[in-house]
Amino acid sequence: MENRFEVVIVGSGPAGLSAAGRAAELGLSHLLLESTTHLANTIQRYQKGKHVMAEPGLLPLRSSLPFDAGSREDILAVWLKNAKKLGIKVGWNADVTAISGQRGDFVLQTRSGKSVRAKHVVLAIGLQGNPRKLGVPGEDQPFVQYQLDDPDEYQNEEIMVVGAGDSAIENALALARQNKVSLINRRDEFARAKEGNLSLLEDAIERGRIRVFFNSSLRSIEVQGNGEHRAQVSLSTGEGEVQVPVDRIIARLGAIPPRDFVESCGIQFPNKSTNAVPELTHQYESNVPGLYVIGALAGYPLIKQAMNQGYEVIEHILGRDIKPVDHGLLSKKFSGLPFGLDVEQTLDKIKKNVLCFGPVNSLRFRELILESEVHTPRAGEVVFSRNDYTNSFYSIVEGSVEIEIDESTGKRVTVGEGQFFGEMGLISGRRRNATVYAGRYCVLVETPRRTMLRLLSSVDEVRRRIDQIFILRAIHSQFAPNSNLEDLADLVSSAELRQYAPGEVLFAEGESGDELHLVRRGSLTVSRYLQGREVVLSYVPAGKYVGEMGLLGNSRRTASVRAVVPTETVVMKSEPFLALLERDPNLKAQVQTQLQARLRANASMESSTEGGELLSFLMRQGLGEATDVLLINESLCVRCDNCETACASTHGGTSRLNREAGPSYASIHVPTSCRHCEHPHCMKDCPPDAISRNASGEVVIADNCIGCGNCESNCPYGVIQMAPIGGSQPGLWSRVLFGAEHKKVKDKDAPKRAVKCDMCTNLKGGPACVRACPTGAAVRISPEQFIELVRED
Amino acid sequence: MHGSFLSHRGGFWLWFALTLVLASVVAYVWHEPIGLANGGTWLGYTLGTLATLLIVWLTLFGVRKRAYYSRLGSVKGWLSAHVYLGGSLLVLGTLHSGFQFGMNIHTLAWLLMVLVIVSGFYGAWVYWRYPSRITRNRDGMTRDLIFREIADIDRKASMIVEGLGSPADRMVISAIQLFQVGGGAWQQLGGRDRSRMMIGVLKKKQKIWKRVSNPRQQRLLDELTGLLSRSADPKEAALLQELIDLVSRKARLVKQLLNDIRLQGLMEIWLYCHIPLTLALLATLTAHIVSVFFYW
Repeated sequence: MENRFEVVIVGSGPAGLSAAGRAAELGLSHLLLESTTHLANTIQRYQKGKHVMAEPGLLPLRSSLPFDAGSREDILAVWLKNAKKLGIKVGWNADVTAISGQRGDFVLQTRSGKSVRAKHVVLAIGLQGNPRKLGVPGEDQPFVQYQLDDPDEYQNEEIMVVGAGDSAIENALALARQNKVSLINRRDEFARAKEGNLSLLEDAIERGRIRVFFNSSLRSIEVQGNGEHRAQVSLSTGEGEVQVPVDRIIARLGAIPPRDFVESCGIQFPNKSTNAVPELTHQYESNVPGLYVIGALAGYPLIKQAMNQGYEVIEHILGRDIKPVDHGLLSKKFSGLPFGLDVEQTLDKIKKNVLCFGPVNSLRFRELILESEVHTPRAGEVVFSRNDYTNSFYSIVEGSVEIEIDESTGKRVTVGEGQFFGEMGLISGRRRNATVYAGRYCVLVETPRRTMLRLLSSVDEVRRRIDQIFILRAIHSQFAPNSNLEDLADLVSSAELRQYAPGEVLFAEGESGDELHLVRRGSLTVSRYLQGREVVLSYVPAGKYVGEMGLLGNSRRTASVRAVVPTETVVMKSEPFLALLERDPNLKAQVQTQLQARLRANASMESSTEGGELLSFLMRQGLGEATDVLLINESLCVRCDNCETACASTHGGTSRLNREAGPSYASIHVPTSCRHCEHPHCMKDCPPDAISRNASGEVVIADNCIGCGNCESNCPYGVIQMAPIGGSQPGLWSRVLFGAEHKKVKDKDAPKRAVKCDMCTNLKGGPACVRACPTGAAVRISPEQFIELVRED
Repeated sequence: MHGSFLSHRGGFWLWFALTLVLASVVAYVWHEPIGLANGGTWLGYTLGTLATLLIVWLTLFGVRKRAYYSRLGSVKGWLSAHVYLGGSLLVLGTLHSGFQFGMNIHTLAWLLMVLVIVSGFYGAWVYWRYPSRITRNRDGMTRDLIFREIADIDRKASMIVEGLGSPADRMVISAIQLFQVGGGAWQQLGGRDRSRMMIGVLKKKQKIWKRVSNPRQQRLLDELTGLLSRSADPKEAALLQELIDLVSRKARLVKQLLNDIRLQGLMEIWLYCHIPLTLALLATLTAHIVSVFFYW
């Protein structure tokens, strides 16, 4: 067999498969290398019957293989059928371990020792990585598994689970229902496991349902021809060698991240950030000529994008000049612009004009613009208003905008071409702090939060440029709205950004220090030691500052300040700040007034330690990062659960709050319900970008949710559930007269969607839970009101 | 921030109801009917119509409470009005009767109305007093957590008794198996514990096992402490002590649980009178109105 191909594609996921499909269609000599024995392993590993969405809906599909939203089974069947029809050549069990060479002559080595030569290589291995294997003889026996689909499939077996993470523990617990299970941990504790899993495991150990071997590792697996069990495992434990008979081994040792492998092929990443993607050209070519990267590894996690890239990369390899599939979309997006330029020229113009986009590579920039909106507002039109909860980022391509920095005086500053605005909302996750009006002939690009965050984490230079302007503007608007920006140069250049982990101390009571911290994201608590106990006195959200006493001359800290959640502050040194105060006596008076107000508030909190205890209880519940939280006063709550029923009835039958669950302190109860975090954890990893924040502040999940469950597992507060779509709603009178309830979907495999509190954003009267509470026990409040709440109780 | 339904909008409905009551009392005193005061005078009809409308509106609270999309005030506001206007009905309805009572459908309607209102007052009182009692009793636990902890204690106890043997083992296991909370309404409201256990007794020089009641695990504690006081084996004594600690903890949880069930029951039981009585009132009221007009 000829062992040299025009193109070899590594990985048979949506991207790789689509590339191979196009190559086969064009009759190009090709080989698709797949490390398992089936196509699209990641999709195969989805749960049975999972409904797969075809996002983004706007983007057309360009591939030799069809793809449409449907069940996992249907999609896989269609791909398999078409792969056969197109005549795609696949090398199975070909786990590529090394790629060397250059355009025209690449050599790919596989784990089994074979090598393949290719003129071009397309890397489409995704981000899942390969499961880490046991590393002992017998690791590839058929009864050794690296994943568990359905624990109920096995009964009355001796099963050995290897690993110390959550997946190992969860598998062991599930298997222990019908089998004898042993769990092998290389260390002496389960340090990485979730609290909940640990207590279940302890329980199972105590009941004798799972036997755990600590400080143990596998030595060998010996297949038993005719014994009672399939094999004999020899374990080396702290107390010597032990023989354990097994029928099955489930190894959950995590995955080998693909980055090391990718770097070993010579491909460079721009930085060490875990979500960094390799630098690529328009044609998806990496810094190694002839070596192309597509799909999730290139930063495109959605199936449709990946398939399009598969098609396009083959066209590029053949040297054909095809327009990217998004060409039409961009041209529509730019149609209202007054530039009279074509798509590529417009892109160039935007990139050239907007300073902070300069360092972005062209492929990424294109993606950024595709996800952004282009606006041409009329002069005087409001771009966004003070107190809006939007968090997109605006850049000015042409013209200028006016920012009203002081509501009372109506004072405005002009921000011109090439500049940006809206970074405060993006970084702090809080309401807009100024109203912005469009100037004449202005052209704006509005980039969504998620796109911007991805950009900030992968291009350091963009982050640096934005941070610099952020510090300048924060100082200007907070302390010196009447000064010229030039007067602040000293202060700004000496200021720096600092990050704090939750619980970390910024400064402690009794220390000496003269720095002022302006919180730019996260929040802080101020506390003092009173009668030998630490009492929380106040809560400082983003946009406020602490430590001004040190600046004003009293360099001994009178209280301790601690970060509640991941927090970032702008730190200012005293000298340039004092110089500023000397120049502006009004500012000095203003800072002193604010200080006095804080000291007075602290003194009143000190007089009731219970208030401080309640405040620190609220902080322990993670409410320091909340923007709006449901609290129940238990001395008013009659436990009628009308809040839950109201929620379920207005939200398709699934209540998004659990009244009884959740902790209480004094008479304040924090039920399990979304608190609409400043930087929502649920938004972190949503493939179709279905989670967003409304202008009025609610974090909501849109209908394009694909039901992947990422948000459910990312939420540290357990307020997101996966609920089946559909069901039927009883009418008001059947509820009143017959107590009828919502009919749930019975089918277990029905598609599910993530659901959570949306603060009844579609209901005119506001949150149904609060409005349905007959006794006034339920309220929704924002953290600014905590102090008020604490005083009241 | 949190405000009770009783003081909703600064007690607006309280003042509204008081004004209504005062106005009707003044009218009643001022009014000089021909003959005895009764429902057939112009004031009688006015008060009767007003009271009927009020009763119908008060019944609609059950609808408003479930109309989750409604923007007609808040449920809390409705409850506040429901309580105070319901209270005013006591005066309005009685004045309407002109204090003419007898063995007839009309007086039955009045009596039912009074019973509904009184049960409602009791409801308002428990809604005011009981939530804090329940919170204090729960002490940060939920019912689910209490049950889980009891299950945990039972498991640990049954493991310990394996090493003890008879009779401790049979007593402890039977106490776990015969542990029972809840039951009928009376048991729930009385906070009664119907748990039982088995103990060995000598009958005609033969040991037989007998079922005895074990309220709040006290009988089991008696038996275990008895065993411990007679024990001479230090290993056995240690196990017994461990058992006693566990059962004492369980006893405390059972007490908490029974109290919780009792308090919650008392907070809800009145609705089982209030609602049926309301339905009976509506029926009798209809009969009262129809008969008055029919036999004019």
